[in-house]
Amino acid sequence: MARKLPGFRLSLGLTMVWLGLLVLLPLAALVLKAASATPAQIWAVLCNPRVLAALRLSLLASLAAASVNLVFGTLLAWVLVRYRLPGGGLLDALVDLPFALPTAVAGIALTKIYMPDGWLGRFLPFKVAFTPVGVFVALVFIGLPFVVRTVQPVLLELPPEEEEAAACLGASRAMTLFRVVLPHLRPALCTGFALALARGMGEYGSVIFISANLPFHTEIPPLLIIARLEQYDYLGATVIACILLVISFILLFALQGLQRGSLKGAGHV
Amino acid sequence: MPTRPNPLRRILLGCLLALGPTLLQAAQPTLLNVSYDPTREFYQDFNATFARNWKARTGQDVTINQSNGGSGKQARAVLDGLQADVVTLALAYDIDALAEKGHLLPADWQKRLPHNSTPCTSTVLFLVRKGNPKGIHDWPDLIKPGLQVIVPNPKTSGGARWNYLAAYGAALKQNGGDPAKAKAYITAFYHNVPVLDSGARGSTTTFIERGLGDVLVTWESEAYLALNGPMRDKFEIVVPSVSILAEPPVAVVDKVVQRRGSAALAKAYLDYLYSDEGQWLAAKHHFRPWNEKALAAAGHPFPKVKLFTVDELFGGWSKAHATHFADGALFDQISAGH
Repeated sequence: MARKLPGFRLSLGLTMVWLGLLVLLPLAALVLKAASATPAQIWAVLCNPRVLAALRLSLLASLAAASVNLVFGTLLAWVLVRYRLPGGGLLDALVDLPFALPTAVAGIALTKIYMPDGWLGRFLPFKVAFTPVGVFVALVFIGLPFVVRTVQPVLLELPPEEEEAAACLGASRAMTLFRVVLPHLRPALCTGFALALARGMGEYGSVIFISANLPFHTEIPPLLIIARLEQYDYLGATVIACILLVISFILLFALQGLQRGSLKGAGHV
Repeated sequence: MPTRPNPLRRILLGCLLALGPTLLQAAQPTLLNVSYDPTREFYQDFNATFARNWKARTGQDVTINQSNGGSGKQARAVLDGLQADVVTLALAYDIDALAEKGHLLPADWQKRLPHNSTPCTSTVLFLVRKGNPKGIHDWPDLIKPGLQVIVPNPKTSGGARWNYLAAYGAALKQNGGDPAKAKAYITAFYHNVPVLDSGARGSTTTFIERGLGDVLVTWESEAYLALNGPMRDKFEIVVPSVSILAEPPVAVVDKVVQRRGSAALAKAYLDYLYSDEGQWLAAKHHFRPWNEKALAAAGHPFPKVKLFTVDELFGGWSKAHATHFADGALFDQISAGH
């Protein structure tokens, strides 16, 4: 059994107060407001085809964007850690840009590039801006740093000698990657994926510019929340917000379970 | 007997000295005008002029603070406690919400000032690309197949509801008041909309900066703002045969001015909107004044359009909202076919 470290009470108290004030209080207000809705009202919102279409778009686009970021973010982290590139520091700093840039600016810039006669849009055989693909592109942009920044420190800790040893023992490159490197990375990959996914579900600023906000086609749930607020329908807005919250919670919980499983698998616990 | 200086008293004195200028400042009256987006430039001008006039009349310096944003969002901020002495919003529906939900002013607020508390009006016009390549002259031209119409989303923008009602009302007027034909028209109209921006300025940007669409359906004042901008040579205004009289109303927020003791100032501020000078300034910023003299002095004509009002065609805002914009109402129904 673990012994209590000194300062346990103070740390616990601080953690509780801080999390309570910053996270739990606003969420409690949200849930309390939503609790004043009758089950019939909640059901009506849940069955609203427009809300369902928006939720489906958000979920699919976020999943796709987080998956793409998982692959390319890992690749990027790998390159940044293992190679000495000219201007590597600059590249490293660029990764954080989606964090720093106001999301509306990102949205406007992406729209300008991907609209039908934009810089890139004119060369593409299919439409990107003002379609669900545009939503996906915006979410890839927004989610990139999450995977890179969670994988990078783990890769830094991973000595190249382990890979060299694997190679010496006759493992192929693919085997080294899948049997030696990836098991170490799996918890970080899970976290990065979860963060990118959660961010994608709630993203507003960068998406509304590139999505065109067409009902049933490219509307996202946060836009429907705004639309309800515009009619002073606070309750309806809160119910949609709570649905989003529950979905995000389930996803994060599932991913955390996965992460814990992989920690055991990697022999860390 | 000499007393030792009391450290507490010294601190208090210091605080008082530090606070002095702030307290003096507080003695100077301030006023907060919470308004919607496209009035930014107009009220900047108007506030300076009013402050000069107030100083000349009362000898008192006054600071007017200005807040601009989407009409609905601004109204919600006031409901949530933003201390607005006066509200000048895009539509009566938003001020009605302050009366009904917040009880911040009486329900009959719109009767307190002339012309339904609307010091100046506007209307909805078209902005097209130079030379009018698609030959757009009136509302029926906007539903031609393949045409791209840029207009903001009436679900997320108060101003955009005027645009919607202008299109629907024009269709009613041009089809002998047949609601089935008007519904068919408005369905075809929004079918031609490739991007529903969440606010009016967003649509202007989409049309002007991004070069998307063949026609922008917009407020007169916004159209002229674009024509006075750096890209003026690329656009021209098309005036439809019939359109809506957009009436953005103003009101004193009773609860706030009672608490702050600013009732007289707030009333004078709104009254000044109806004065010769206020009307002239509105006309200068392409809002339609009531005052004929100001209209003539503005130096630029307002195009002649047959105008209908929300009251006459839609039976007021509450009814218009319930029929067209509420959840599951007409706008939702026509979007379902998208």
